[in-house]
This record gives sequence, C-alpha cells and structure tokens, in this order.
Amino acid sequence: MDTALAPETEIENYTINFGPQHPAAHGVLRLVLEMDGEVIDRVDPHIGLLHRGTEKLIEYKTYLQAVPYFDRLDYVSPMNQEQAFSLAVEKLLGIEPPPRAKYIRMLFAELTRILNHIMNIASYAMDVGAMTPFLWTFEEREKLMGFYDDVCGARLHANYVRPGGVAQDMPAGLKERIYAWAEAFPKMIDDLEGLLTENRIFKQRTVDIGVVSEAEALAWGFTGPNLRASGVPWDLRKSQPYDGYEQIEFDIPIGKHGDCYDRYLVRVLEMRESIRIIKQCIEKMPSGPVRVNDRKIMAPPRAEMKTSMEALIHHFKLYTEGFKVPAGEIYVATEAPKGEFAVYLVSDGTNKPYRCRIRAPGFLHLAGMDAMLRGHMLADVPAVLGSIDIVFGEVDR
Amino acid sequence: MTQTDTSDALTQTWAHIAQTLSDDVIASEIARGEMIVTVKRDSIVKVLTFLRDATACEFTQLVDLCGVDYLERAERFEVVYHLLSMKKNIRVRVKLTAGEDMPVPSVTGVFPCADWLEREVWDMYGVFFSGHPDLRRILTDYGFDGHPLRKDFPLTGYVEVRYDEDQKRVIYEPVKLTQDFRTFDFLSPWEGIQRLLPGDEKAPAPPPVKQGGA
Repeated sequence: MDTALAPETEIENYTINFGPQHPAAHGVLRLVLEMDGEVIDRVDPHIGLLHRGTEKLIEYKTYLQAVPYFDRLDYVSPMNQEQAFSLAVEKLLGIEPPPRAKYIRMLFAELTRILNHIMNIASYAMDVGAMTPFLWTFEEREKLMGFYDDVCGARLHANYVRPGGVAQDMPAGLKERIYAWAEAFPKMIDDLEGLLTENRIFKQRTVDIGVVSEAEALAWGFTGPNLRASGVPWDLRKSQPYDGYEQIEFDIPIGKHGDCYDRYLVRVLEMRESIRIIKQCIEKMPSGPVRVNDRKIMAPPRAEMKTSMEALIHHFKLYTEGFKVPAGEIYVATEAPKGEFAVYLVSDGTNKPYRCRIRAPGFLHLAGMDAMLRGHMLADVPAVLGSIDIVFGEVDR
Repeated sequence: MTQTDTSDALTQTWAHIAQTLSDDVIASEIARGEMIVTVKRDSIVKVLTFLRDATACEFTQLVDLCGVDYLERAERFEVVYHLLSMKKNIRVRVKLTAGEDMPVPSVTGVFPCADWLEREVWDMYGVFFSGHPDLRRILTDYGFDGHPLRKDFPLTGYVEVRYDEDQKRVIYEPVKLTQDFRTFDFLSPWEGIQRLLPGDEKAPAPPPVKQGGA
C-alpha cells in the first residue's frame, strides 16, 4: 500500500469547559479539560467561584459570632464543623464542656455524618444514571433535618455547637424519636444497597475508575473516606479521639482498591457504624448541664436574667464584647464526614481571632482530580467527581 | 495508642529533630501538647524531606499549609506547615518567616499536595514560592488585584461587581458603602482616663521613693 497517497489529517488536542453551571459539577466548579479525542490529557480545575472570604470575615468577628460561618462552609454537614471550631476555642481557653454536652455533640456529629453520606451517595448515583436513590434518601434527610429543627430551631444552619457546650438541651422525647429512627434506618441502607451495590450499570461506571493507590492518597493529602477506600486504616475518631469517642465502640471500614466503587462502599459501611455510635450515645448519655458553668464564657439561662442583675450584665457583655481568649495558637483536627476538617486558630488575647485557618478536606481532594482523571474518558469525570464528595462551600471558603 | 504513649513519642521525636537538624532549626518547643519547630527559610525543603523520610519521624502526610500575616514584624509573613505521622500518631507544626519580597522554596517536590496549598498562600498573602510549577491565583477572581488576607487589605475590598443592563455584562466599580464600615474597639472600654494631663511630659520626673529606712 502506498502510504504517501493517504490524505493528510491534522490531529489536535482540544479543550472542553466543564461547568461552572453543570448539574454534575456539584456546585460551581469549572474544569478545563484538555482532550485527546475522548481521552483526558489534563484537568485544570478552576475554583473560587464561591469564595466568600470566610477566613477574613472571622478575623473581624467575636468568637461566638464566628460559629455560624462554619455552618456555611460544608453546608451538608454543618454541626461537625462547628464542633471543630468549638474544640479549638475550648482548648485555647482551657475549658472542657460537661459530659452531656459531649454526648449530644457526638450524637449530632454522627447524625450529620449520615446526612452527608446519604446526600453524597444519592447525588452520586444520580450522576451516573440512577434516579430513585435520590428520591428515597431525601425523605431520610427530611427526618434528620427535623431532628436539627427540634434541637436548635434551624434545619440547615444550626449554630448549635458553641464553645463551652451546646446552645441548649435537647427537648424531651427527642432521644426516643432518634432511637426509633436509628432502629429503622438500616432497612433504608439495605434498600439503597439493593439498588446500587450489585447494580450492573452502577458497577460499570465505578469499578476500576479513578483508582488511587495508598501512596498516592497519602501524597495528595487525602483524608477521611477517600483515604480509607485506598486501604489506610486512619480515622481521627479512633486515633486522636475528641469529645467522647474513646468511650464508644465502633469499627473503621476500609477499602481495598481505592476506586470509585470502594469509596461508595466505605461510605455505606460508615453509615452503619454511625448508627451504632448513635445508639450507644443515646444509651450512655448522662444527665446534667449542657453548658460550661462559667459566666465569663457562656451566657446565663434566660430565666436567671429576669431576676439577677449580674446575670443581665454577663449576658450583655458576652453578646456585645464577647469573651477574650488567651494568646496562643492551636491546631485541632476532627473527622468530619468528608475527611480531616481542622481549624488552626491564632489568638492574640483579644475577643477576636487573629487568624482562623480552615483546613477543608475537599480542597485537597479536588487538587487530586488532575492525577485521578488522566487517561480516563470524558464520561468518567462526573463519576470521579461525585465519588470524592465535593462541596464547594468548603473548597472555596 | 494511649495518651501517654503519644506524648512520649512526641517528646522523643522532638528531641531527635532538635538534635539532628540543629543547623536548620531556629527554635523548637512543645506547647499545649503540640510540637512546633521554627526553621530557616532556605532549609524548608531539607527539613520536610527529613521529617518525611527519617525512620524516627515518618511524617508521611502534609495536612495543611497556610500563611499568617503579622503586620508589625520585619518579616511579616509566617508560612505554617502541618505534618502528620500516622505511624507514630503525632503531628508537627513547622514554621518559617518571610517578607514581601523574599521567596520561599516550594515543597511541591516533597509533598505533591503542596501545589494548591502554596497557590492559595500566594493568592491570599502574596508570598512567592520559588520553584513552584504553576504559581497562579486560585480562589480570587480572574484578574483580581491585591492579596485579600493581608492585614492591611480592607475587609470591604476595593471593587464590587454588578450586572450592567446597558452594557449587557458584569462590570467592576469602586466599592460604595451606604454606611461606613464600623468596627468597635473592645480592648479597653472600662479602664477610664489615664492620670496623664497634657503637658505632663515636660515636668521633671518625680524623685524616686526611698526604699526602707537607712
């Protein structure tokens, strides 16, 4: 055959814009994809479209005013982040919340973990083509947000966990209702797994896609379920327990292959462990106060203010000036549903943080996108993106 | 691992680091159960490589990298690295200082995840990282001017955006506040007036009070 006569064609890589307005981009992500045909050569995520300057704003707020900003970072798991900030402030102040407050925090941290994971699994399933899980899990999310509502009056932006304890005690009967829900929820996980785990289409989209080895996961700074799916048994609730996790019995599920399918499985198993923790929290929960008994840090109860002048002064001072935190710096890491959520707090002894660095797990997970997607097909982009559980509130801050 | 094991490991590792890296470490301490090591700016790559590879440390993960701005210092920025050793279950905080025109060696060669973290510090503080493969802004807008987390950058910023109906596009305008930015000084509201009157500084200092009898 005479090759010289073959028509000359020029092959050129081209660029595709994915997002920022794309339903599978989970918010506002712009991916600039350099394509070689259907195969991805390079991924350049452009983030910051939801940047609100949270860290800067916190520098101009008192410690108590800073708490609600943490609800608005990863808005699918608000209370875990409040908990991280509260722990950091408490550590600088040198105080410890009462035991009941710790149990309430753990209870709601785990409820929030389920809230986060069902949101992730459901939207992930929808990204790869399954509609039903989304509808089912949103019914469960509705119940969970009902518990949020009962305890603090807000369904999403809770502002419930505060430095020194929690805002108020749980209403009577809520414990029993949460327990009844926790008894019924594993059935829902079974149904969800029935739809997805052995589903042929779901497995074709996820198995062996976006494989991350153990060494890679460590090098790219992966934490949480994404790290455990690569086979690293690391969970801060076990290794560096905070609040009362050392008194709770639970296991850490880990994956083997580090692909999208394993990340899904790890999250499913984590929900089952969370149910165990929730039940133990309710069974072991002691009675007693839920706020630290220090009027210079937490305001007195409303009833006391009606009769005591001193209580009124304390209330006024706390909600205008706030409390002062001794100078120093602290790094407190917690196991949020998405990974290691940490607060690096620098205090200069005034009533406002000098610097509040928020270490968001999703930021580094997204940074790993380029390496994870190279050599994959265009259709794998939503599959990988959904499996690493990205929420732009925390990535962009 | 129990709490005492961890604090033992922390003290041992701390002593080992202080001894082995004595040329590169400026100060090191254990405060509030955290190991803090301040190093020379140019030694950071060497120090982090040592911390990652030495069997006595094995800080295999760079968890966080961030900047802090201390406006009144000569070298105003601090770059803070947080490392985690999963094997020993301890953390270390490595710090260095830098001025506005002092490049910090990039550690992307040691920990790949430093890539985006260093870009963020560059974006937010304007600390330049030499040897970084792709030092672009990351969180702020395309074409943004300034480094917003610096202490001398105003909270309200300089420009605001809105959609202009005539030009059919988003336009930038100098920021206009309907009410002045308010910030309250809570630091010494109840201390009353000082006992100094205008002109007091010209008067001779009062003679020192004699101590005891002699």
